[in-house]
Amino acid sequence: MTYVSLTDGDREAMLEAIGVAGLDELFRDIPAGVRFDRELAFGAPLSEQEIVERLQGLADRNVHTGQEVSFLGAGVYDHYAPAVVDAILQRGEFLTAYTPYQPEMSQGVLQAIFEYQTVICELTGMDISNASGYDGTTVAADACYVAKHATGRQKIVLAETLNPQVRQVVKTYAPGFGMEVVEIPHRGGVTDADELRASAEDAACVIFQQPNFFGCLEAAPDLAAAANDAGALAVAHVDPISLGVLEAPGKYGCAIAIGEGQGAGNPLSYGGPHYGFLAAREEFTRRMPGRIVGETTDVAGERGYVLTLQTREQHIRREKATSNITTNQTLLALGGLIYLCWLGPEGLRELGETCMALSDHAKEQLSGSLLFSDQTTFKEFAIRAGRPAQEVVRAARAQGVHPGYPLGRDYEGLDDALLVAVTERRSIEDIERLVEALAA
Amino acid sequence: MRLVFEKSRPGQRAGRIPCPVDLAAAKLPGELLRRHPPRLPELPEVEIVRHFTELTARNFGIDTGFYPLGSCTMKHNPRVNERVAALPGFRDAHPLQEEEGAQGSLELMHHLQEMLAEITGLDAVSLQPAAGSQGELTGLMLMRAYFADRGEGETRRTIIVADTAHGTNPASVTMAGYELQKVETDPRGNIDLDDLRSRVDESTAGLMLTNPSTLGLFDEHIEEIAAIFHEAGGLLYYDGANLNAVCGISRPGDMGFDIVHINLHKTFSQPHGGGGPGGGPIAVRERLEPYLPVPAVVRDGERFHLDHDRPKSIGKVRAFTGPFGVFVRSYAFMLAWGKELRTMSEDAVLNANYLLARLKEAYDLPFDRLCMHEFVLSARGLKREHGVTALDVAKRLMDYGFHPPTIYFPLIVPEALMIEPTETETKETLDAFADAMLAIAREAAQEPETLKAAPHGRPVRRLDEVKAAKRAIVRYRFEDHPDLSGEQTASPEIQAPKGV
Amino acid sequence: MAAQESYPDELLYHREHDWARIEGDEAVLGITWFAQDALGELVHFEPPGDGDPVAKDGIYGEVESVKAVSDLISPLSGDVLEVNQQVVDAPETVNEDPYGEGWLVRIRLADPAESGELLDAAAYRALLAEQ
Repeated sequence: MTYVSLTDGDREAMLEAIGVAGLDELFRDIPAGVRFDRELAFGAPLSEQEIVERLQGLADRNVHTGQEVSFLGAGVYDHYAPAVVDAILQRGEFLTAYTPYQPEMSQGVLQAIFEYQTVICELTGMDISNASGYDGTTVAADACYVAKHATGRQKIVLAETLNPQVRQVVKTYAPGFGMEVVEIPHRGGVTDADELRASAEDAACVIFQQPNFFGCLEAAPDLAAAANDAGALAVAHVDPISLGVLEAPGKYGCAIAIGEGQGAGNPLSYGGPHYGFLAAREEFTRRMPGRIVGETTDVAGERGYVLTLQTREQHIRREKATSNITTNQTLLALGGLIYLCWLGPEGLRELGETCMALSDHAKEQLSGSLLFSDQTTFKEFAIRAGRPAQEVVRAARAQGVHPGYPLGRDYEGLDDALLVAVTERRSIEDIERLVEALAA
Repeated sequence: MRLVFEKSRPGQRAGRIPCPVDLAAAKLPGELLRRHPPRLPELPEVEIVRHFTELTARNFGIDTGFYPLGSCTMKHNPRVNERVAALPGFRDAHPLQEEEGAQGSLELMHHLQEMLAEITGLDAVSLQPAAGSQGELTGLMLMRAYFADRGEGETRRTIIVADTAHGTNPASVTMAGYELQKVETDPRGNIDLDDLRSRVDESTAGLMLTNPSTLGLFDEHIEEIAAIFHEAGGLLYYDGANLNAVCGISRPGDMGFDIVHINLHKTFSQPHGGGGPGGGPIAVRERLEPYLPVPAVVRDGERFHLDHDRPKSIGKVRAFTGPFGVFVRSYAFMLAWGKELRTMSEDAVLNANYLLARLKEAYDLPFDRLCMHEFVLSARGLKREHGVTALDVAKRLMDYGFHPPTIYFPLIVPEALMIEPTETETKETLDAFADAMLAIAREAAQEPETLKAAPHGRPVRRLDEVKAAKRAIVRYRFEDHPDLSGEQTASPEIQAPKGV
Repeated sequence: MAAQESYPDELLYHREHDWARIEGDEAVLGITWFAQDALGELVHFEPPGDGDPVAKDGIYGEVESVKAVSDLISPLSGDVLEVNQQVVDAPETVNEDPYGEGWLVRIRLADPAESGELLDAAAYRALLAEQ
């Protein structure tokens, strides 16, 4: 029956070997007052076929990217993930393995994480990466915790052009850290470096995003310099898809690079699971949160991999740990690694250039509506629709096009604005349909 | 085995991007341009597939064999769950689309919330936290918000944690801005009530506890523990890591807990993925509901909504509504069990007690009681008489084709072996494992050197963790990558901690 | 290569497995053979800064092995005069020679009378026998 593997004969023999008369005796330590003595209010057990039918029925009530031409982004994106990712992730040796605490049993996962750490360091120009964080929002909280202990300061400065959910998560974590949060408003869609410097005077860290939430390119080296001038750690929240064309944060003065990995190899999946990445300069090694894999040798001199620097972590350092994180997002990070291997450096560059070119083409077609017409953008840009964005979205979806994210959900005075994301999955024809849908 | 970078050849590639030919190239400001491309591997697809396949040959999962890690609940991961998680309606749904286009997801989440509330005996659920330890942190944030709202935020500074607790508990306490106190375990494996009473006062915010404990023992005084805390005005937090023992048998809400986190990747079959993803939803008593993360998934007749208007919410702990793909798998698992979910826990407890009965003569048993879904043995006798440690036993088990149990945890048991078989194992597997453990106990007496040099049959032998920590080589350094194989390793016998 | 077990008679001991060698109005501090044996091979020493105050029974730094972290408990109060850089660079020195080259810090004593509260070698050995 369902997912148990004992026969009645087995159960009898086992009870006898234990030395109890019946199953109930195994629970005799549970006080009567806390026993649950009715049936759970669930339906009858379903067969596999019935489960699939039930779940298919639910899935059919969702709209997915195969059913409409989607320009919706705002942090997670409709990029193309190749079949080879799932083919590997579905292998049981990866899918059903636990955290690699016994390295002799887990060289596959350990080496894969080591390779993932390497590609993240390559993309971001940093020295050390962890094995992943929960998503692109929690890694920002992690970065603040590192900065707090590294600088001894209690203030966090966030650019308003940083993803609103990232900011909200940082604000949720900050009180427990004993830290306060300050935001710098955007100026014409980007962040002013002088304002940032002034705000960062007593800050532990400054977090900005590149490209930012509006899709605009910040003067990131200037923002990092401004943070450094003020003695705060410069933390860049970056799009992995952009790092074939945009400079690595480690090369322009950032202490920590973080971001959302979803676009690089994971499906949208209504918001998760995805993976966050966090990489830092070498001097922050002992403060790094999360799992880290290191290289070593075995007693026969063979190269091998192990979880290392574990004294940072909760299972050893307990209340003084660099984080409480245990289970992270390894399988999704592995998906990111496979995706980046499939792309290679040429592919990543071409992908970035394609997204930019398509997006610029869309901007040209919509040039009368651009919100930040002066700014260079990467794969997203903001437009004003002249009427409430929710209406525009509804009308466009009725024509099979999702035109983008209503910015009024997060920013004052932008109720008629939409954030339009153009990935490599959109064609010139798709863009024409967008223009038509917006004009209607 | 080579790294993927070592197999890379310039000019090779696997993927192609469809680039529209007539499009003008985009212009980037020079100072923002990438100067040097990232050194990603350059490989054709066949080499990528072979590389990762070679890695799988060096890895062991539940699909490979028995995996009795205590408090990890390594049960079989049903394949139908993968099929339903991959349905395009779920897999390709954008989380920020309007609610009309997400009714399937919202309904699934709402129903899952109801089921978790029923299992835990509590009133409201948030699915947002991404893992158990994030659920813990969220629960502690809820406590802060609750007490602050009652004007007790300044006075209630302390959380009490059992000395057998998983390390995430104290780490979460610090991240939440609380102070930590530890309470002792008595010789029967219950919380020491006298020690507890001496620590609880008006500065206590709450208790973090798992029941059954990491010793696999149900605390016989749980009702009294709850009374002690509630009388002092505190709250009780249940670490759901061991929930597999009690589903449909006893509910944390009925035990007196106010906040519970559930590990979907333990109790509810979400695959572990080598270290995640997981899911750590929390269930709370009604008075804590206003503080739950935003948005809440609510029902209005036949429609489901995301409610962002929650002025007392602690905020967000993760993007969107949580790891939705994990919910699909756990939901499918729970539908398969339906109202008979109790059998899952009954068989989990039966399997554990059977193994305990077979092993307790050959190994030391720190607490002479029936266990629940897991139990702790000690290899202390083997160490005293033959110099063989829990570490050696674990490494030798690999040669018998089993993943070792958890070792050196909980901290209060020296040379600990924490074993959790779960309900999905056959009696034949349990017997084979028990036979192996008994054989190892005999080998300890007759040929201890075989154990100390184990494992003999894995792709690598014992690894030098001291070298790894000192050298901290955490990425491939290409031309500058050191060759560690030539260097002297540490002494062949890598010592286990002697019980610090 | 770890040292042989020993507890030199000329040292004074703290029950948290730290030792002190009094030299006039200064003292040299370290951890005992028992402590380094329990931890295993050390991989990291986190020292205090020069000039930092240390308090009797207080924490003045940390040592780490692969699997454990241990606070360093000062047997005596004073100010840090010198940190043993050799141990910072090669923490395993403590395992090889816990009382000689493996010394951790030198301090100027704030209150020499505190040494009266420490254990002598015999008393420390007796404490270990009870463990």
